Amino acid sequence: MSASPKKTGLIFFPAFDWAISPNHPEREERLLYTQDQVFEEGLLDFDNIIEYKPGIATYADVNRAHICVPNPQHLTTHSHLISAGGAITAARKVLQGEVDNAFALVRPPGHHSMLVAHGARGFCNINIEAVMIEYIRHTFGVKKIAVVDTDCHHGDGTQDIYWNDPDVLCISMHQDGRTLYPGTGFVEDFGGPNALGATINIPLPPKTSDEGFLFALEQAILPILDEFQPDIIINSAGQDNHYSDPITNMNFSARGYALLNEKLAPDIAVLEGGYSIERALPYINAGIILAMAGLDYSFIREPDYNYDRIRQSAEVTRLIEEEVKNILLLWKKRKNLKKQVTGSASYIRREKNIYYDTDSIMEKQTETVRVCDDCGGLVMIDSAADTGKRVFAVILPNACCPECRKNGEMFFDRVNASQYNHIYFQDRQRDVFIVK
Amino acid sequence: MILGIDVGGTHTDAVLVENFRLIAKTKVLTSPTNMMSSLMEASSRLLSGRNIDQIERIVLSTTISTNAIVQKKINRVAMVLLSGPGLAPSLLNPGQDAFFARGYVNHRGIPVENISRREIIHIGEEIAEKGIRQVAVVGKFSSRNPQQERDVAELLSNDTLRISMGHTLSGQLNFPRRISTTYLNAAISDIYRDFAKDVQTFISELKTDAPVYILKADGGTILLNQSLNCPVETIHSGPAAGIMGVLATADIREDAVALDIGGTTTDISVFAEGVPLLEPSGVTIDGRKTLIRGLLSKSIGIGGDSVVRLKDGKILIGPEREGPAAALDGPCPTPTDAMILLNVVDYGDRNKALKALSALASKRKISPEELAREIIDETTSAIAGEVRQILAGINNKPVYTIHELLEGRIIEPKMLYVVGGPAALAPFIGEKLDLPYSIPDHSEVSNALGVALARTTAEMTILADTEKRELIVSEAGQVKKIPSDFTLHDVVEVGKATLRDKAAQMGADPLDMMIEITEAQEFNMIRDFYTTGKNIRVKVQIKPGLISAGQMR
Repeated sequence: MSASPKKTGLIFFPAFDWAISPNHPEREERLLYTQDQVFEEGLLDFDNIIEYKPGIATYADVNRAHICVPNPQHLTTHSHLISAGGAITAARKVLQGEVDNAFALVRPPGHHSMLVAHGARGFCNINIEAVMIEYIRHTFGVKKIAVVDTDCHHGDGTQDIYWNDPDVLCISMHQDGRTLYPGTGFVEDFGGPNALGATINIPLPPKTSDEGFLFALEQAILPILDEFQPDIIINSAGQDNHYSDPITNMNFSARGYALLNEKLAPDIAVLEGGYSIERALPYINAGIILAMAGLDYSFIREPDYNYDRIRQSAEVTRLIEEEVKNILLLWKKRKNLKKQVTGSASYIRREKNIYYDTDSIMEKQTETVRVCDDCGGLVMIDSAADTGKRVFAVILPNACCPECRKNGEMFFDRVNASQYNHIYFQDRQRDVFIVK
Repeated sequence: MILGIDVGGTHTDAVLVENFRLIAKTKVLTSPTNMMSSLMEASSRLLSGRNIDQIERIVLSTTISTNAIVQKKINRVAMVLLSGPGLAPSLLNPGQDAFFARGYVNHRGIPVENISRREIIHIGEEIAEKGIRQVAVVGKFSSRNPQQERDVAELLSNDTLRISMGHTLSGQLNFPRRISTTYLNAAISDIYRDFAKDVQTFISELKTDAPVYILKADGGTILLNQSLNCPVETIHSGPAAGIMGVLATADIREDAVALDIGGTTTDISVFAEGVPLLEPSGVTIDGRKTLIRGLLSKSIGIGGDSVVRLKDGKILIGPEREGPAAALDGPCPTPTDAMILLNVVDYGDRNKALKALSALASKRKISPEELAREIIDETTSAIAGEVRQILAGINNKPVYTIHELLEGRIIEPKMLYVVGGPAALAPFIGEKLDLPYSIPDHSEVSNALGVALARTTAEMTILADTEKRELIVSEAGQVKKIPSDFTLHDVVEVGKATLRDKAAQMGADPLDMMIEITEAQEFNMIRDFYTTGKNIRVKVQIKPGLISAGQMR
């Protein structure tokens, strides 16, 4: 049990008047019973748990993290800006030293939103963690950031946004993509040519229970974090690994989540998915809040908890052990992989087909990265969606080197405007965003 | 005719009010050992030569409950807790005589674990062995389903025990606060019963059969005999009288701030369109957070008689009071002396004020007048700063809907009301807050006027779950079957009707019940992508206010 209480900020925004659609899992009722539990346990009365009202993210905040097509105004409603604003508030309270850590218990989620966003995917319109991370870098100059995504679904949006960024380590632990949406996030997906090892995927077999999650945490995630030495750890705290979740197949428990949070000790946690709104969320959230605040969570238990019924099989244990071994091997080799991946090429190209399940949009994307030893590398994206929109984006990384900058500015000047609806220039280093 | 009596720590004030006019007032010293004699003295002064039969009602404020708690003149209480999983027992502060028993309900009020009759009976035996006569039964989520609390109470019930049940005291969620509330209710039960008996004796000596009311923490009244089951609701009766007093003497219609500046402390309260604000979760007393509805009131340790000192060349004011102002033969300089020296007020011995202030002024090498101005500036800045902080706290209160976040009501005071001895500080504070000020009349007996004119207040929490086909009225402990097509409107109607019944029972005038809906939420419940019912949540209240819109003249 943790020894000393910590000062924890809580940004609770259940958006009781917003839903994607009346019967959608992402609806008004989602955090209703969580609110009941948090209130009934009296968590807000603890002197070291402080509740804050969420701020509202601005379009400029969104433009630091995304290329929204055509613009953030079309892609967001107040609910998305408040959800991202809640994450930003959490970060601000931590970085200004008002609290030791903070939990943004907000909805809707964001971790499936990618760098280029034509619409909503996986219930997400904008990536609230990425909007928060760019805010943190822009406002506080924080350099190295780690995101540990413990949602049951692969955090493909966050991975996409930071694929080429060596300073943002994205670790996603999720149900194996062969068995669940979005069908990605395999061990081999390891980051872009200039950021190898800054993306880590830990797919877990269905029916993984507490011991499997904690094993992966202790044997893979914590050692990798130790080596990466981030200034800040962010937990994308999805809660759909729970054994009662209606749209996934895992066997994680509320106490397991609390224990994971305690061991990971994130500076900021942000709610992602989790749709077992009655049987899981109230208990998981109470557990996470207690764990973050350093208070005894050992009496948190779901009413229907039965360890024997959710215990993982020996086969699952074996699979996870093997996978963790492979991940660590790959991680150790990460610095020697670059030559192998890039060869003599000065630009690396990858093609992507992206399906927006929530908005039924199909996007074809070509991403071109400049191979660079001095920074994350210039990124250019050519993206066409079946909405008829085709866009081109030039993205300069956070610590952009002069060579990448020169090339990026040149491409932005010379791109053939007649082929595109919009051309974007996103300069993360100087906080410039231009559309033409 | 209404007889209103405010029993304060120092003075007992009494007023007679007829047709909303003050017709007589008096002030006597409160006897610390025999409060009833002070009551008798004050009322016989007011009533001598009058027809006693014309008294329609008698309303009292009381410090009995607050004092009992603060001075620990309380009963030993056995706590029987149905806590289920959640917070660790070590975080609950249940006291030494706590029994954690089997059984709990979940957030929807569905029983998850049954109580064990054998265990409860055994606990009953232990309570008897310990010789404890007060019991508090508190279950997690009992405001969502009171049945287990009731079953436990029934199993424990015998002639020697008095049992308080958590769900009867508040419909709000918060188990630790419910524990504190129920504990305190049981703890002051005996002392409050003695008090009630004394009041009955007093009334019969007055030879009237007018109904007697007590002022609660939320500034509302309750019939004395009705308050016997919920004595804890009468804590903070005194501060509530102060706030209702401002309401009774000033015609507040707008957002406003009221200050009651006393000798030792200044009490700050806030009004929204003339209605005093309530504490958001409940009153805190003696360090215990409770679910008791109470008027929002913040007390700071700065008053007219606060000690003024210099520390490292800086002026410090309060929080101690060593005695009256130097000008009134007190031991040290105070803000009141500063006011006297600058002729802001006209009482006391100005020379004595000058002498006391000169000593400090010479240390700072400034004139006594200059020092006096600085003292007033410090005093009023501190008060103004606290007011700003309270308003920021109110206006930054978290909300849970997009609508409220974007369009939420902001309290913007338009007027500053100041009562109390050093009310002459009003212009200085008003200037700092950029607010016009007003010092209401009759302020020396305004508390008693507030007591006399306060209306009966009550609150009801109703939760309907059409999937379960059940409706619960939390405070009343009622569970009713409802059809699956029950609507938000139906729930509101049930709420209003039960509130009306409860308020009438508490002594409200059926023709003077301004019922307000404070919460009305409806959620579609969807399981496996199908709508299975509605979760409807309604709160209705009779808000604190005066028995009629009339203002005192």
